[in-house]
Amino acid sequence: MSVDAATTRRIAHLARIAVKDSEVAHLQGEINAMLAFVEQLQEVNVEGVEPMTSVTPMAMKKRADVVTDGEIADAVLSNAPATEDHFFLVPKVVE
Amino acid sequence: MTAPAKSSKLIKGATGDWEMVIGLEVHAQVTSNSKLFSGASTEFGGEPNAHVSLVDAAMPGMLPVINEECVRQAVRTGLGLKAQINLKSTFDRKNYFYPDLPQGYQISQFKSPVVGEGQVHVDLDDGESIAVGIERLHLEQDAGKSLHDQHPTMSYVDLNRSGVALMEIVSKPDIRSSEQARAYVTKLRSILRYLGTCDGDMEKGSLRADVNVSVRKPGAPLGTRCEIKNVNSIRFIGQAIEYEARRQIGILEDGGAIEQETRLFDPNKGETRSMRSKEEAHDYRYFPDPDLLPLEFTQSYVDQLKSALPELPDEKKARFISELGLTPYDASVLVNEQESADFYEAVLGALADRRRDGKLAANWVINELFGRLNKESKDIAASPVSAAQLGAIVDLIGTGTISGKIAKDLFEIVWTEGGDPRALVEARGMKQVTDLGAIEKAVDEIVAANPDKAAQAREKPALIGWFVGQVMKSSGGKANPQAVNDLLKSKLGF
Repeated sequence: MSVDAATTRRIAHLARIAVKDSEVAHLQGEINAMLAFVEQLQEVNVEGVEPMTSVTPMAMKKRADVVTDGEIADAVLSNAPATEDHFFLVPKVVE
Repeated sequence: MTAPAKSSKLIKGATGDWEMVIGLEVHAQVTSNSKLFSGASTEFGGEPNAHVSLVDAAMPGMLPVINEECVRQAVRTGLGLKAQINLKSTFDRKNYFYPDLPQGYQISQFKSPVVGEGQVHVDLDDGESIAVGIERLHLEQDAGKSLHDQHPTMSYVDLNRSGVALMEIVSKPDIRSSEQARAYVTKLRSILRYLGTCDGDMEKGSLRADVNVSVRKPGAPLGTRCEIKNVNSIRFIGQAIEYEARRQIGILEDGGAIEQETRLFDPNKGETRSMRSKEEAHDYRYFPDPDLLPLEFTQSYVDQLKSALPELPDEKKARFISELGLTPYDASVLVNEQESADFYEAVLGALADRRRDGKLAANWVINELFGRLNKESKDIAASPVSAAQLGAIVDLIGTGTISGKIAKDLFEIVWTEGGDPRALVEARGMKQVTDLGAIEKAVDEIVAANPDKAAQAREKPALIGWFVGQVMKSSGGKANPQAVNDLLKSKLGF
């Protein structure tokens, strides 16, 4: 499997990464190198092998249903470039 | 999935009949105090960005920790939908960019959901019932809210909802009409409310649906579908389906093809329109969320939850029919809304003999009480007549203390003035006269005062009704009608 220039542009766009035309060929080469490595991995027979989700066998930790956080609007908004009345302001997006 | 639709469900087009194929993805907000992966409050309507933790705002380095109550609620819902419960499921990231999704992805369950296939039994108004298959139920995060009308060039973003737990309940494409779709969502909402896993408040957005619609000629392969996003009332779901099916039929009959796309329903215009900007968003590039281990629990945990489930609408309906002799229709009316069922059960609790009077109580709750509440646009919670009072009225009828006619007067008094029905009957002399001597006296008087009519009645027995009316009138409606009837027959000699 490999990607062409158009797919490379699309991947960049979906990730909201600005890519100059001059960079496309290079990135395409890097992605294809990774895909070639994955293709090599696919030769390994993993029939019946559970995907590893953790290095040590452990169960996912769960929380009790208690309100322990929030009510920190000023902190949440402190890095926002634009705010008003505790809302984030972003360039208009309308459907 | 290819169940044939009845011909009455088909839409007539210029080129013949068309069949709708509908599937629904219902997003139900899980009833919990805190969010799915953070300790911020889920309370509705806080100040902007008040119920937001640094996890919900996706600040770097924050890690999600799952709320065990949300898991419990999802499993209970799965059990209520008679569905397969998966003891191991996983969380995935669904990637897209939108300002009210600060992470740049939604944590969802794509590859392996917590709940698998199930089924919802749906009764329709025309007496038909259908089974709608459930494909899956998974847990996921809600997004924040964007306001677009506050500023000429900026959108306002409030993350209070960001990270609130949702259950996405996906049906199979088993639905064949807008009526079936509305009945399915109504039933699903009822089950969720009985379980207490979602409050079902559509005005607050606790329950909303994405509706997939396609059309085909009966028996033909499935057509291309369009998805109508985020429809937030049961009525709008019906309207959106009707509009969308006709739009698709129009295109196909003009020789066109349906383009698979996401559409929005505009309730003001009653139509759906394309949401072009979302087209490429369909490439969500799901992958397992590396921040979360698989969600695992034991079968005994599931069994415990199962044994503690409340009685659900289908079971309650069956019990009302088998134990109390209610008609299926009356039983449905009573169980659809949990508040109605609770009220009826409280009336039953106030009866001395529920086997004798359970059916009578159902008639009174449905016809007198609901009828009156509807007329005055009152909610059952605001009923001026309590379950205990209505139970007492039904009891008074059941024991023969008052007649059904007097009971209506009594109901009116209790509705407007309040008070203990038993005391009112005593104080206002409303007891049914079962004293045969007193009734006989009244019968004798009426017959003696109306010799012509008596003679006519002997010729034409149907005229007895006039005498019954007169005797009832003279007793102020309190005479036992059966006793009056019997006595008149013997007095008039037939």
